Amino acid sequence: MQLFTHLGAYFLLMLRAFTKPDKYKVFFRRIVEEIELIGLGSISIVSILSIFMGAVMLIQAANNFSSPWVPAYAEGVAARDSMILEFSPTIICMVLAGKVGSSIAGQIGTMKVTEQINAMEIMGVNPPNYLILPKVIASMFFFPFLVILSIFLGILGGYIATVLTGLVTVENYIYGIQFDYNPFYVTYAIVKSVFFAFLITTIASYHGYNTRGGAKEVGSSSTKAVVYSCIAILLFDVILTQLMLTPGS
Amino acid sequence: MIEGVGIKKSFGDNHVLSGVDVKLHKGKVNMIIGKSGTGKSVLLKALVGLHEVDEGKVLFNDRNFTAMNYKEKKVIRKEIGMLFQSGALFDSLTVEENVKYPLEMFTEMTPEEMHERVDFCLNRVNIKDSNQLFPSEISGGMNKRVAIARAIALNPEYLFCDEPNSGLDPQTSILIDTLIQDITREFNTTTVVISHDMNSVLEVADYISFIHDGIVWWEGTKEDILKTDNKEVVAFVYASEFMKNLRSERLKGGYF
Repeated sequence: MQLFTHLGAYFLLMLRAFTKPDKYKVFFRRIVEEIELIGLGSISIVSILSIFMGAVMLIQAANNFSSPWVPAYAEGVAARDSMILEFSPTIICMVLAGKVGSSIAGQIGTMKVTEQINAMEIMGVNPPNYLILPKVIASMFFFPFLVILSIFLGILGGYIATVLTGLVTVENYIYGIQFDYNPFYVTYAIVKSVFFAFLITTIASYHGYNTRGGAKEVGSSSTKAVVYSCIAILLFDVILTQLMLTPGS
Repeated sequence: MIEGVGIKKSFGDNHVLSGVDVKLHKGKVNMIIGKSGTGKSVLLKALVGLHEVDEGKVLFNDRNFTAMNYKEKKVIRKEIGMLFQSGALFDSLTVEENVKYPLEMFTEMTPEEMHERVDFCLNRVNIKDSNQLFPSEISGGMNKRVAIARAIALNPEYLFCDEPNSGLDPQTSILIDTLIQDITREFNTTTVVISHDMNSVLEVADYISFIHDGIVWWEGTKEDILKTDNKEVVAFVYASEFMKNLRSERLKGGYF
């Protein structure tokens, strides 16, 4: 029953967030600020994780594809497809849920308990619109770039592992990452990242906005934001995969 | 003028306000006083619309604020300045940006005009050379003064102050009280101040409403409050040694 109460409150908050901004000039400036904070600020963590994920994926594949029936370039195919289909859009977004989601919930939660949001409300500003909408737009705009960067760096990580370990030849790896390439997989990854960006920012904003109490509750809201964002990401991963990749669906 | 008519507000079984009727006069400092937990802050938040009232209405110059939709309320809210107990400055913005915030949101001023207005407001509250500091880098008294500067940036018609002296030393408290009084006279605002500090009441109040048992128990001026025989008001007013001495002075014919 509580789930429906939360869902109702979540949709009501989003109704307030998705309205005409008070002032477009300020609104666009807020979007740019959020792109810098949410997007550009995440490039380093996404880069490091992606290179290592790609490298580990290649080593795992090389160690497990020992059968002579498996072609020598299969490791490259596995590294590429797993990065495009799952690691970059899903795992990276779950990491971003931790980084961006907790930061959003913490920021909005602190503003709530220190009456900064009340101050905005009194002035006649629509706080959900001012605080939440720019974050949603910035993340929906920038997450696809992070995912594309992650795919590229993941494949590069695989290449580095190939060179360093010698488990797969560079020629086979290069052939593998080009073999039977399906461009739709990238579209699928981008669509997923846009959905996940929306989920992460709105769920985190909801938890931040409904914080009551003090520092402990702000921390608790951040934790809840990350946990529920991850659950929502996994749920929508299944739904989107079924809708977009299952033939005939 | 602001008028509260039959305002009722409960939180579950806790009936905080049980029919408050209050009139808050233009160009005057209207103080709402009472013991802790009597619902002063709830009343203030009900007046400005941060709490939905269960019953009753709030009138801003005869405009029924309670019955308004969100868009109509926004118009009234632009006429309101509010000083929160904690100051509620935006902690990620500098002092200057805090005061500039309402100007950026609701006016079409040029950057130069905004800068001029910010300087005027900060000068008015005696803040100098702190424009680029963050709220965490200034003292509690300065925090309150910056909050007042932000509250008056748009020339509000109504100024609400929730315990402006809480957490301040007596000297700074007097400074803030005097500032609120001066601003009220200068801008002819309808000022509403919540307080339980009798020094403040005697310093700046033009009209006093004493809240007790969820209603306005007593109303009058600061001269009246020292003369009243109302048991509850007397118990509240003369709770401190200072006030007891003041009472004996008054009985001897001193003070007022």
